[in-house]
Amino acid sequence: MKITKEDVIQTADLARLEINEEELERFSEQLGHILEYIEGLNELDTTDIEPTSHVLDLSTLLREDVVKQIITSKEALRNAPESEDDFFVVPKVIEE
Amino acid sequence: MEFHDLTIREASEKLREKEISPVELTKAVLDRIDGVDGKLNSYITVLRENATSRAKQAEKEIMSGNYLGPLHGVPLGLKDIFVMKGAPTTSGSLMLRNFISPYNATVTQKLVDAGSVIVGKNNMDEFAMGSSNETSYFGPVLNPWDLERVPGGSSGGSAAATAAGLCLGSLGTDTGGSIRQPGALCGVVGMKPTYGRVSRYGMIAFASSLDQAGPLTRTVEDAAIILNTISGFDENDSTSVKMDVPDFTKNLDRDISGMKIGVPKEYFIEGMDSEVEETVKAALEVIKSCGAELVEISLPHTQYAILAYYIIAPSEASSNLARYDGVRYGYRAKDSKNIHDLYFKSRSEGFGEEVKRRIMLGTYALSSGYYDAFYLKAQRVRTLVREDFKNAFEKVDAIITPTAPEVAFKLHEKVDDPVRMYLSDILTIPCNIAGIPGISIPCGFSSGGLPIGLQVLGKSFDEETILNVANIYEKNSDYTRKELTL
Repeated sequence: MKITKEDVIQTADLARLEINEEELERFSEQLGHILEYIEGLNELDTTDIEPTSHVLDLSTLLREDVVKQIITSKEALRNAPESEDDFFVVPKVIEE
Repeated sequence: MEFHDLTIREASEKLREKEISPVELTKAVLDRIDGVDGKLNSYITVLRENATSRAKQAEKEIMSGNYLGPLHGVPLGLKDIFVMKGAPTTSGSLMLRNFISPYNATVTQKLVDAGSVIVGKNNMDEFAMGSSNETSYFGPVLNPWDLERVPGGSSGGSAAATAAGLCLGSLGTDTGGSIRQPGALCGVVGMKPTYGRVSRYGMIAFASSLDQAGPLTRTVEDAAIILNTISGFDENDSTSVKMDVPDFTKNLDRDISGMKIGVPKEYFIEGMDSEVEETVKAALEVIKSCGAELVEISLPHTQYAILAYYIIAPSEASSNLARYDGVRYGYRAKDSKNIHDLYFKSRSEGFGEEVKRRIMLGTYALSSGYYDAFYLKAQRVRTLVREDFKNAFEKVDAIITPTAPEVAFKLHEKVDDPVRMYLSDILTIPCNIAGIPGISIPCGFSSGGLPIGLQVLGKSFDEETILNVANIYEKNSDYTRKELTL
């Protein structure tokens, strides 16, 4: 399967990754190579096969709705690159 | 014998009998780390003070007659993918270089409650994505049997440290072979339990439908001891299974006479290292001489499992790793103009090359127009791989295969060729795709002196049988063991 440079640029954009010219070249080639390899799956006819999304027969587990103190907001903010009072700080979101 | 060479079982007997103290044992392991980890790079963080104070606590408890069990006072490593309260947890990435966890993973808590002494956080491939430990932001781990070779990955730090006495055992994670393959390449036991046996809470997510934690140890019995401690339902992980946990050490010595062992022809692949093939076949003869019956079986979709894996795992990873945005925790790029810029720059600078490649692959496979062709197709193939095993286990009790197609390869040998690197896990991936348990144990050495591993696969939630087979082989194996010199 051929993956075009436009595909790679669009995919990087969706993944929120910046890639430079050199990475664009490399990723286009490598992803193309990997996808070509993965295409081997098409040798299998899977029309009537049910997909497995998960190996366990999971049912939704419910628990009592009880408030538990796991961590404090102070602890939660300790790993924040930037914080102020009880908030995470980010650059301006709304353009002027 | 040096203290750091003791197995967990040997150490725990000496600790219980007060022949050695947890403080002495921990000091011996920390000294060993100081002495040789400059060569191996198997730890990202050594928790010297914490370990010393935990060892003192264990000593006090044992001396006052409060013995907690076979891990009490035992120095263990922890792959740096499990969060540990107050300690750095990096997942091998610049993205989390400064992350200090505010809570314990369930397995961390269980090891702490069992009285073990966690000496440090083991090096690993970045976000567990790799088969050679070369993708770690903190530099590659080297194989203790040959310092020019890789230890395997992604739990390469755990495997190398366990092999070389830098801990008595370690906890790793296995998404496509990340415990078993480095176990094989470093000559230690590595076990992936059944999906759902062990809680994933607090284990940094790579591919959530495949990830599972498990032990790396020097003996099968030691693996069973750790598995006893970490298994069980956890209300914080809805994919952990509510099911009784047996005592995995109880049936290790059970006679395997009459047991049927499947040998799948698809696992002896073309291009496989002939020494690996011969060594595993010789080990099969040993198992036969212990009374088991060898049955040739076929798992016809084996070669497709790895293809499905390289859609499913990157797809789940691209979704899981979307959380790293430079806002709440993790790496933040400097001087971003706006929030959009902050996301792009933080992720681009914070993630390494292999992680980006897999995020891209997963994002592409899940993107509009491709979902059916890739993700859905892979899930259908996943069904076929599961059915292969289901059919096989109607005829046999366990399956034996080589763990990896080759011995430890040289550093840099495959780093520029992703597909070649991915093939390292071709024999371990089907087990994750099917969710069944698997264990790799040492079964010999190549002519170049490198360890070779064999893999025992079992039915879902039947870890007891594979531990039994592995233990009987370990006790009856007749290959010449080599001395590790560093």
